[in-house]
Amino acid sequence: MATGAKTFSTISGIDVAPVYTADDVALDYVRDLGDPGAFPYSRGIYETMYRGRLWTMRQFAGFGTAEETNARFRYLLDHGQTGLSTAFDMPTLMGYDSDHPRALGEVGREGVAIASLEDMATLFDGIPLGEVSTSMTINSPAAIVLAFYVCVAERQGVPRSELRGTVQTDILKEYIAQKEWIFPPEPSMRLVTDMIEWCTRELPRMHPISISGYHIREAGSTAAQELAFTLANGFAYVEWALARGLHVDEFAPRLSFFFNAHLDFFEEIAKYRAARRIWARELRSRYGAQDERSLRLRFHTQTAGVSLTAQQPEVNIVRTALEALAAVLGGTQSLHTNSFDEALALPTEDAVRLALRTQQVIAHETGVVNAADPLGGSYFLESLTNELERQAYDYFARIDELGGVLAAIEDNFFQREIAEASFRYQQEVEAGERVIVGVNRFTVDEDDQPPLLKIDPALERKQVERVRALRGRRETRAVEAALARLKEDAARPDRNLLPAIVDAAKADVTLGEMCDALREVWGVWRETPVF
Amino acid sequence: MAGRVRVVIAKVGLDGHDRGAKVIARALRDAGMEVIYTGLHQTPEQVVETAIQEDADAIGISILSGAHMTLVPRIVDLLRERGAGDVLVVVGGTIPSDDVGELKRLGVAEVFTPGAPTRDIVAFLQSRVAA
Repeated sequence: MATGAKTFSTISGIDVAPVYTADDVALDYVRDLGDPGAFPYSRGIYETMYRGRLWTMRQFAGFGTAEETNARFRYLLDHGQTGLSTAFDMPTLMGYDSDHPRALGEVGREGVAIASLEDMATLFDGIPLGEVSTSMTINSPAAIVLAFYVCVAERQGVPRSELRGTVQTDILKEYIAQKEWIFPPEPSMRLVTDMIEWCTRELPRMHPISISGYHIREAGSTAAQELAFTLANGFAYVEWALARGLHVDEFAPRLSFFFNAHLDFFEEIAKYRAARRIWARELRSRYGAQDERSLRLRFHTQTAGVSLTAQQPEVNIVRTALEALAAVLGGTQSLHTNSFDEALALPTEDAVRLALRTQQVIAHETGVVNAADPLGGSYFLESLTNELERQAYDYFARIDELGGVLAAIEDNFFQREIAEASFRYQQEVEAGERVIVGVNRFTVDEDDQPPLLKIDPALERKQVERVRALRGRRETRAVEAALARLKEDAARPDRNLLPAIVDAAKADVTLGEMCDALREVWGVWRETPVF
Repeated sequence: MAGRVRVVIAKVGLDGHDRGAKVIARALRDAGMEVIYTGLHQTPEQVVETAIQEDADAIGISILSGAHMTLVPRIVDLLRERGAGDVLVVVGGTIPSDDVGELKRLGVAEVFTPGAPTRDIVAFLQSRVAA
């Protein structure tokens, strides 16, 4: 039976030959691959890879108020998860408190609502922050949420030097793809750089940023675009931190990345390998990094949300398993596997446990963890790795011609490239050139819908009341003083904003109030929409 | 002969997932319709204002934030209040099937969920909006 494809190409449209031989790949082993743990880290950033330590199994979770999410966190830790990952709701991500008119109907829907230090303390109640590593997926208000976290740790008596985790903080990909922004690019980059600088000094085990291709891919990019745009953003952060006066080896060891694991198996593995090679080479040659930890590209992976189908949703279990396998064969440091019901709603507890079990099967039953980079040397894989690298450098050149990442954002360059790729893919699907099982082939008439997680609308009211009660009982004068200082520091680019944010958090200033203060000083970003 | 079908594609709510909205906007434009894309983070008031200003035949609301049961009925109500109840309202996004029935009962003409082919959406609008 034919596959249905007229031509043979990867999901991103790279042509694939019938077979690959030594003639297709010119490789210098030491220059292009290196052993695992050795420059340029194409084969992995550690010598022993998963023999030394498995990847961190980190399921992204958050819904309702801090209490519901705290219970989900404890459930995941009880079932063998090894790190926490926090999803915030849309108002929090956009810098609105739960009682803001724009938050109506959105509170706790796509993540947990966190408006204050008090909410954050509830979120991590009973979870010793010195013992877990916590990822926080938030960007525009990242500094504020980090300040809440640091204050909760302080209350628990955990020193800053022991805090481990990652704050996403990657504002550039927001303008490019995920579109959850507040401020214009320039002040946003200043705030990101403040975070990198402050974490370098104060939180030596925290990753202040997770430079993310995931959302770029979900927005419809190709694998090469995900690779190129993410690394280009990474270089931009490095350049801002250097301009701040930091030395590359002071902060680069704490930069981390986040990639998508899509369905095209070999293309994904090639993407991770190419990413490591490019990063190591550029950090050394372009930015003068010497510390090996600066050269090692560490990354988290999430399986592709866009690959999940609402039709025959149990098939998503299979898709996710294959994507997760690609991430592991590509040498990821941590992994989130999507739950099969996520094209329909936020996942139920049972669905999340199954997704976690998928990782555990890969780790403990399949044997793929025994040898590092087990596919290295495959003619096909090495050829794809080279091709993705070549396409990435083509994009770097185009971005440079436009004047760099910020200029390219203002020019809508990335947004247009992604819209073009996603429309092309959609057309291929609708023409039947790309098969999606259960959607355009192998369909059934009637789907059984699994039980879905329902977010109780009463939670929104409960959260709104919590925020209002907090406003009623805190010390108004301290709040006003903290906000005045925040505005003053925001207007002075020579100051690091984090100390003012930490003090505001301690005075029970809310996330929305801090964002409003910054909006007042910096203004807000408006995109010119293109399609 | 009447003009081309005019459709406002609107992203309401706070989520930034605009992939679907953009694909639909382009597919409708390629099918010969006049498409006005609002851009992101619109309030129901802004969407209705745009639809009235643009003399739209239909509004396509894209929402993936889970706030559809709050924001979509608000748009339907506002259209009626402003005498534009004849504007066809369709919704696209991650909408659980229980909510689909409720939205239709409230006056939404159709709800398209993940995997809906753009040609079905084009055909639906062409059949329901006589240009």
